[in-house]
Amino acid sequence: MEPLILKNIPDYHKLDVYLKNGGYEALNKALFKMKTDEIIEEVKKSGLRGRGGACFPTGLKWSFMPKKSDKPCYLCCNGDEAEPGTFKDRQIFEFNPHQFIEGTLIACYAMNIKTAYVYIRGEYHKWQELLQTAINDAYEQKLIGKNILGSNFSTDIFIHSGAGAYICGEESALMNSIEGKRGYPRVRPPFPAAFGLWGCPTTINNIETIANIPPIIEHGGEWYSGIGEPKHPGTLLFGISGHVNKPGVYELPTGTLLTDIIYKYAGGVTNNKKIKMVIPGGSSMPPLIAEEVVGLKMDQESLKAVGSSIGTAGIIVMNEDADIVKVLLRITQFYYHESCGQCTPCREGCGWMLKILRRIDEGSGRKEDLDLLVDIANNIEGNTICAFGDAVAWPVKYTLKKFISEFQKKIVITKPELLPQNIVHSLR
Amino acid sequence: MDIKFSEDNLKKLEAIKEHYPVSSAALMPALWLVQKQFGWISEDTMKYISKLLDIPSEQIYGVVKFYTMLNSVPKGKFHLEVCTNISCMLRGSYDILKYISEKLNISSGETTPDGMFTLNEVECLGSCGTAPAMQVNDHYEENLNKEKIDKIIESLSMKTDKNP
Repeated sequence: MEPLILKNIPDYHKLDVYLKNGGYEALNKALFKMKTDEIIEEVKKSGLRGRGGACFPTGLKWSFMPKKSDKPCYLCCNGDEAEPGTFKDRQIFEFNPHQFIEGTLIACYAMNIKTAYVYIRGEYHKWQELLQTAINDAYEQKLIGKNILGSNFSTDIFIHSGAGAYICGEESALMNSIEGKRGYPRVRPPFPAAFGLWGCPTTINNIETIANIPPIIEHGGEWYSGIGEPKHPGTLLFGISGHVNKPGVYELPTGTLLTDIIYKYAGGVTNNKKIKMVIPGGSSMPPLIAEEVVGLKMDQESLKAVGSSIGTAGIIVMNEDADIVKVLLRITQFYYHESCGQCTPCREGCGWMLKILRRIDEGSGRKEDLDLLVDIANNIEGNTICAFGDAVAWPVKYTLKKFISEFQKKIVITKPELLPQNIVHSLR
Repeated sequence: MDIKFSEDNLKKLEAIKEHYPVSSAALMPALWLVQKQFGWISEDTMKYISKLLDIPSEQIYGVVKFYTMLNSVPKGKFHLEVCTNISCMLRGSYDILKYISEKLNISSGETTPDGMFTLNEVECLGSCGTAPAMQVNDHYEENLNKEKIDKIIESLSMKTDKNP
């Protein structure tokens, strides 16, 4: 099928090329032919689910925003994209920024929002500049700003740069970061639609989610709901990396076979090796073993059935040579570094798990360590302010469950041999 | 030393303040401007920003310390940040890190005595499809191998400006 976002049109990132190919038609339709409720209804009908990892229905999220509000309302577009294995939003900024801008404007119009912030991770300096250029061009053509396309709808779009904190991809931490604070997640309720940026009604959507809005408005929700899997419709930007011959981002309908993505699109496993483990949607998602990969469709419901989740659709493939203990150690090291430190189970637990995994990897693991790891993970999961706790617990729990022998192999139980002088010493 | 924004940066900050309903939200963009102009964020510059935006300097310190990319210590002219997260690791990023470390004779977190290079192991750069990757100041270097590292370091050593 034809891609909806990463279209194969040369120079599509340029405003004139985008306009020539029917760009901003959806905005025109939304502003002059549709009521705000109709737009939200259309998005609901499309079945579009959030692309940031939680798969929340977008139309429903939009409907939480108050119809009338004394306070200003805000839209935050989440381009923090820091989940290891995820590199899709940068493709949108680079190859189709105007479709994202158009989607943002439609979202703002539908929810009566006058200001949208695009939160982009600090490392993405180049992509911030690319988007800023596109925004400037759109301002010049009066597509953003006051009285857009001659209507009485006005809105501004600003880029807010992050500064290297994974947690700011969490929606409430993201809002604190925009407010100029440390990126600490907030306790909910109250939810952002009631109490968001500066206490005002706020909606937070992923960049890819918003980029899907223009085709939905242009062709209708019903048309969109017919793409891919009925319960999770549309296309996904699958980012595939690790041990494959052609890593990259491939836009494919939901429900595409994982084996097709690996072998047909990503050119197969490097050196023609066997698959050992696949992480289906960014490092926090429970991993899959080779047997689970065969025949598996890539959509939220199919992944739920095998105890995992689509996450950000960032697929990481590991071949038979991969050292699973080292992989889990590296993932845990990441979470240890990125834990914001607010909740004790997460702040302390990440460090403990890292220390234990390190000693297992170095060959000095103890036999009770594997149970201890699961115990710590269980004590983090569900006991924290935000979903980071689950994100750190899942890989540990499920990697251990599915690859326990890899860990057992590294734990060699030896009876400590005491030298004679030590025996004497211990007797004293 | 008298710490002050350049005229250009002062103008930029005024424009940025307009993006937000409260000026305290301009803190992070202001800190980015500081880092751009001075190379790092000293306690004196924090006090300067504190007066400019009317935010307690203690709060600014807390923000600077929270974000990995805001440097509260000076860095070398070229900051090499090598991603070693999982996708890069699977494609040999630890070899790359070791190679740079031996080539420059510094460990991760250290700066060369001539102040040219700082080396850091960092978390996922979102460059998994072009792994292994590293960041040199604002710029990404992707699909790294040893020959590429040789070329990059050689060309950086000859640079007089800070743009990689």
